[in-house]
Amino acid sequence: MPGLSGRMSVVIKSKISKLLDRAEDPAETLEYSYQKQIELLQNVKKGIADVVTSKKRLQLQEQKLRDQVVKLDTQARQALAAGNEDLARTALERKNVAQTELQSLDTQVAQLEQQQEQLTASEQKLRAKIEQFRSRKEVIKAQYSAAEAQVKISEAASGVGEEMADVGLAMQRALDKTENMKARADAVQELEAAGTFEDLTQLGAGEDDIDRQLRQLSSSSEVDSELAKMKAELGAGSSPSAGELGAGSGESAEQGQAS
Amino acid sequence: MIVRIATEGQYELTEGDAEVLNELDNHAVAACEAGDEEQFKQAFKELIEFVRKTGQPVAEDRLDASDVIIPPPDVSFTEAQAEFSGEGLIPG
Repeated sequence: MPGLSGRMSVVIKSKISKLLDRAEDPAETLEYSYQKQIELLQNVKKGIADVVTSKKRLQLQEQKLRDQVVKLDTQARQALAAGNEDLARTALERKNVAQTELQSLDTQVAQLEQQQEQLTASEQKLRAKIEQFRSRKEVIKAQYSAAEAQVKISEAASGVGEEMADVGLAMQRALDKTENMKARADAVQELEAAGTFEDLTQLGAGEDDIDRQLRQLSSSSEVDSELAKMKAELGAGSSPSAGELGAGSGESAEQGQAS
Repeated sequence: MIVRIATEGQYELTEGDAEVLNELDNHAVAACEAGDEEQFKQAFKELIEFVRKTGQPVAEDRLDASDVIIPPPDVSFTEAQAEFSGEGLIPG
């Protein structure tokens, strides 16, 4: 097969034969292969642990963002109730950004979950093959002459070798994806550090750089409709004691009370 | 014939099915060479699904090497092109 599948087979086979060429004595080849297999099994375990750690970190970040969404929502309501529509809008814009981040974290956590499952299944397969190799190794050492042993070893070792190469590939791909996620998680942390999701009541009157950037990031139509919804809710809730919160066009009501 | 879907596992295919697989593989390669990502994705998906559907999963404790190895199901177009140009998915 000259196609994609053929090429990959050739690459893996050449890697396995390189591995086998390292030792000349059959018994030594067997032990060397076995040792390599055990090493890889340990690495797979470590790889799985790394994926789990990354997943936990993302889940922690998810929780933080979830708290921020609730907090920003409350702040938007408070700001609106106090008649400060600009501040309410800023809070909603930040909430919007936090929610978008949250969605992407959700997807990533699901991906890591899948990777963890896949690696665990790979580990189990590799373990079964190594166990099979171990018992075959003892038989080969005990029963075959050097020449015969060489053939048997090649057969057994290429079966395990291929599994090893495959698990190695699965791990590498899992790690690459985890690295990408780390980069993204770091970016969220930078946003946090820049005060993006911080307490808005601490914010001054003026609009800073972050606000302008956030406005670009968040979908304004979503913010608009949420703001309208919030206004309607506040309006409906405060209608019996109209004027107190200055529902809707709050300025005149506020001025009326102040004077 | 034993076929491995990389990062997934080994399947045993009959000789007749192996011929169909060869056809599907050729389609994927042709799309790859033509630089047609959409067509490659479609062809590669068909290839993977064919193996999963018609192949018998190989027992975990069997030590047989595969006759062919198919790139991982989540292979990207760029990776497939690299594979086809000879660099491969598995670095030196």
